[in-house]
Amino acid sequence: MMRRRSHTRAQALAETTFHGTALTCAVLVLVSMTAIFVELVRNSRLSLAKFGWGFLTSAAWNPVTSDFGAASSIFGTLVSTAIALLIAVPLSLAIALFLVEMAHPRIARPVGSAIELLAAIPSIIYGMWGLFVLAPYMADHVQPLLQKFFGKLPLFAGPPMGIGMLSAGLVLALMVLPFITAVVRDIFALVPSVMKEAGYGMGATTWEVTRKVTLRHGMRGVLGGVFLGLGRAIGETMAVTFVIGNDHRIAASLFASGNTISSTLANEFTEASQPLYLSALVELGLILFVITFLIQIAAQLWLKHISHRLGTDK
Amino acid sequence: MMARKFGWLTIVALMALALTAGMAAAQTTLNGAGATFPYPVYAQWAAAYAKQTGVKLNYQAIGSGGGIAQIKAKTVDFGASDAPLTKKELDEIGLIQWPMIMGGVVPVLNVPGMAPGQIKLTPSLLADMFLGKVTKWNDPQVAKANPGVRLPNLAITIVHRSDGSGTTWIFTNYLDKVSPAWHAKVGTDKAVAWPAGVGGKGNQGVAAYVQRIKGSLGYVEYAYCLQNKMTFAKLQNSAGNFVDPTSETFQAAAANADWKNAPGFYLVLTDQPGAKSWPITGASFILFYKDQANMAKAKAVLSFWAWCYAHGQKMAEDLDYVPMPQAVVDLVEASWSSQLHAGGQAVWK
Repeated sequence: MMRRRSHTRAQALAETTFHGTALTCAVLVLVSMTAIFVELVRNSRLSLAKFGWGFLTSAAWNPVTSDFGAASSIFGTLVSTAIALLIAVPLSLAIALFLVEMAHPRIARPVGSAIELLAAIPSIIYGMWGLFVLAPYMADHVQPLLQKFFGKLPLFAGPPMGIGMLSAGLVLALMVLPFITAVVRDIFALVPSVMKEAGYGMGATTWEVTRKVTLRHGMRGVLGGVFLGLGRAIGETMAVTFVIGNDHRIAASLFASGNTISSTLANEFTEASQPLYLSALVELGLILFVITFLIQIAAQLWLKHISHRLGTDK
Repeated sequence: MMARKFGWLTIVALMALALTAGMAAAQTTLNGAGATFPYPVYAQWAAAYAKQTGVKLNYQAIGSGGGIAQIKAKTVDFGASDAPLTKKELDEIGLIQWPMIMGGVVPVLNVPGMAPGQIKLTPSLLADMFLGKVTKWNDPQVAKANPGVRLPNLAITIVHRSDGSGTTWIFTNYLDKVSPAWHAKVGTDKAVAWPAGVGGKGNQGVAAYVQRIKGSLGYVEYAYCLQNKMTFAKLQNSAGNFVDPTSETFQAAAANADWKNAPGFYLVLTDQPGAKSWPITGASFILFYKDQANMAKAKAVLSFWAWCYAHGQKMAEDLDYVPMPQAVVDLVEASWSSQLHAGGQAVWK
């Protein structure tokens, strides 16, 4: 009896320590988040004071006259990320479904590992591949073809250079694909087989079970995977810098060059010697911070909405 | 078992690290940061100097702007910049500067069928192309400067640097001098609001884009033009002659420069007079505090640069840079003697 009690006391102590440590770690995340935000605001105050809200809508970027605006960078960030997700999400879903529902384990395992391996490739390699392999191919084959069929659209106007918004989006798509696929595959694998079997037992086809059981059950996780990919795409720096063309301009054409917030930072931070220039760059960082934050909130709200509708709210 | 093994390995590694760190501290290390353009030759000089004297150079090629920022923050012994500071800027911070090495910036292009030097460009034509006013290779103005050359009906895609750069500073300084329209619309800086084109990161990025895009026109440091075997354009200099970019034409531009009457060695070598001068030549500068805290360190830094002036010419030429002429070296060393102090005493005699 005595023994048992002392054991309990030791357990209680361990429990308290564990609880305290875990809490500290969790709080540390919040503290560093806040610290980053405060520091970003503090270091961008010159630019905040000079340009105000106009910084968000101005497409100017002129280091000579010290006139800066974030519009072209915000535009490029959102467009390149959107292209990436438009391509990567359907592909990832298809791959994950194939791996979980259709593929023989002998195929599923090596294919799965290969996709996970893609995630481990450093982004600079994607950038170099984009510049030396994808861009020439785009310039010589894909872009002329697109122009042949849709040349009238402003979306595909301009000389086919191979580098630009479209190529950046493609490279990003390839980079986020393994992340989304890995998450979605695990989610699909977690769908209880009894549910699927019940579906099949009622005479449903694979497609029907996939759509009405697997996808529905895993919706939360799927969205989680998509947002993970979005997070990577929106902040990606080196790979984008290689292929986007780095031009401070808002163009209607996907063939034209552009820039993203992180590519601008990567390009210009080292040589920004005037205080206002540096401050404007830090403010770009602040905007990226806020954009990711807003997307997180939107994702949470949307998830809530969706789980209500699907009735999987727990 | 595994964990214990790793524990021992870590300790051994840490001890080894501490030992080497201690050894490194015993040697003299000169710390500098700045321009990327002279980095290859500085690295070469430093290696040769270390072999002879054991004095090491730790040079961080972080860009000219970074070099200026680091010397201002006093984190390095010297800074390096491709864009000279004006006398006023130098005096405000208490710095002196001197030119260390020269090189050329070269317009490179990708027009199918054109050999290096086959296309000739006048200053105003080059400026109008970079302004986005002349947009085709077969524009009448290009044809006028290139009689007898079959020019294709191909759009001109301008390729510029996307990162801030001393190379851009030299190039835009030239366009600023020769084109009133460029002066009014764009100006001179390490990064500018480019009226046209796409941006590549670093000289290598520009070179890659130019080689990729048909009809492109960009500018790179001479060494990159040589290494990548790129098609360069002949440029018309201020004497009206079309010249090729070679060590000889860079040297011609440098020889005509009047360093003697340039306060604080503020002299930009673009658009220099002389029949053979390459018009876009530039020097790279070293920044150093007038008032040095540590006499021994200050002497060590100056000894290194004096050695480079005296023994580094061959190495510089092998890497396609242009060494400073002896007359300029004498001027620089005279400025060290008259302007540098540590604790009230002259550092260089």
